[in-house]
Amino acid sequence: MAENLKCSICDQEATVHLTQIVNNKIHKVDLCESCAQKKGVTDPEGFSLADLMSKTPLTPVSGEAQLVCQSCGQESADFRRTGRLGCSACYEVFRSLVFPVLEDMHAGTAHQGKVPTDALSRQSSQMQLKNLMDSLARAVAEEAYEDAAKFRDQIKVIKETEELEVSPK
Amino acid sequence: MIESLINDERAELTQAVKKAAPVVLSTRIRLARNLVGQPFPERADVLQRRDVLTRCADQLSALPQMNKGSFFDIADLSTLEKQVLVERHLISRELCDGEAGTGVYINKGQTCSVMINEEDHLRIQFLKAGFNLKSVWKLIDAFDSELEKTIDVAFSEDFGYLTACPTNLGTGLRASVMMHLPGLVISGQMERVIRAVSQLGITVRGLFGEGSDASGHIFQISNQQTLGESESEILESLANVLKTVIDHELNARFKYLEESRAKLLDQIGRAFGVLKNTHVIASDEALNLLSFIRLAVDFGMLPEANRADVDRLVIESQPGHVQYAAQEGIAPEARDIARADKLRQEFSNLPALAFDKLQEQE
Repeated sequence: MAENLKCSICDQEATVHLTQIVNNKIHKVDLCESCAQKKGVTDPEGFSLADLMSKTPLTPVSGEAQLVCQSCGQESADFRRTGRLGCSACYEVFRSLVFPVLEDMHAGTAHQGKVPTDALSRQSSQMQLKNLMDSLARAVAEEAYEDAAKFRDQIKVIKETEELEVSPK
Repeated sequence: MIESLINDERAELTQAVKKAAPVVLSTRIRLARNLVGQPFPERADVLQRRDVLTRCADQLSALPQMNKGSFFDIADLSTLEKQVLVERHLISRELCDGEAGTGVYINKGQTCSVMINEEDHLRIQFLKAGFNLKSVWKLIDAFDSELEKTIDVAFSEDFGYLTACPTNLGTGLRASVMMHLPGLVISGQMERVIRAVSQLGITVRGLFGEGSDASGHIFQISNQQTLGESESEILESLANVLKTVIDHELNARFKYLEESRAKLLDQIGRAFGVLKNTHVIASDEALNLLSFIRLAVDFGMLPEANRADVDRLVIESQPGHVQYAAQEGIAPEARDIARADKLRQEFSNLPALAFDKLQEQE
């Protein structure tokens, strides 16, 4: 053999060589047997090179501040190592790291598809409800009874609409 | 645990008598969804995963689409049962290797399966025999909207549905169409097709083995990108590519027939002869021969109804299914004998090849 390519993950001799074109860019990966197995390359169901590319380590920028997601504890280093996010809040925390990856990977970087309107309006009314409850508690504590009555009425309205939506027709 | 699934007489992929079509075996769409405020499965601990599993299984069981469906905790399934479900495309290999707290909900008829705590909290999949991107999208869209009424999905206005891996971000939609492409393989054009479509953001992979010489001539073609386009745009561009691939495949078959008629008839005839008389056969060989029988149906040499039998045998000839049917752990050699017995018996019920009915394709 002219040259022995090394596995891009573990430095063993590579026996699996893959090429795929995504967005007119050529991606090449060389893997050893066992890493290919682990990465699911031999699994026709689950494999795509773009997936793999994103899972291979991204070069860390020296001196870069480590970001940590407060919701799930994931750090920037975790993302660089796995290419995956830890929870939904991670997308905001690691936005600056994720965004360049998306540009390479997808047709665009802004969502153009379906919007879960029901779930979103429910979430926002929950949020509203929570804010109103907090305000109500504060108003009561401050003995601002006029304000308290106003908040109570608003809470009542939200709860009633919710019940209408939840109860069967 | 999975007997009822295997013996179901109306399972989409194995009993799709009316819907089997030339070239396209089946259409699948999956959506990746996650719950708000819960770490993604890989980051979650066992308790968190169990919690998500129970909550999702409860909500799923309340959906009308899941009426009379079955739920399986992956930990309760044997290795063989898992393999059978993988061969039926109802679960992924990744789910099988998952840690505690993973499961799958499968509807009656096996057109819908929802994996819980795979890479994402929910992987919803709908599947139909034949080329059906539009109708499968309608089904899965309705299901997803129904589910969203009770489950708070992770979504951002900028990035759409949030997924564990950025490759699925946005729509979370992956559509895969399973295609039977003997014409392109035999004429040596498959490599070119794979290269051409991959430039359009579309991936081709062999169902049984990688590369352009996948056994059974069966390939899975799917969209790669999930963000920056709407669901209908993604499905439309995929459908356009697939239509072109179908045209090329039919042309290649026609050309092969025109130029090497005797050779083609010989290959079909020999495949039929072997399958009817085999006593020991490995799954690769069975798949390659079944490919020629499917071609024979497409050419009018066997009744249309037998196309679905071929598609069923492709699934039932796979190692897990053969072993499961044998009811006990059998060695690979015994498996090849069991597979041959099954094929021989099935082929004894088929009518003889009607070589005179060979239809010249347009």
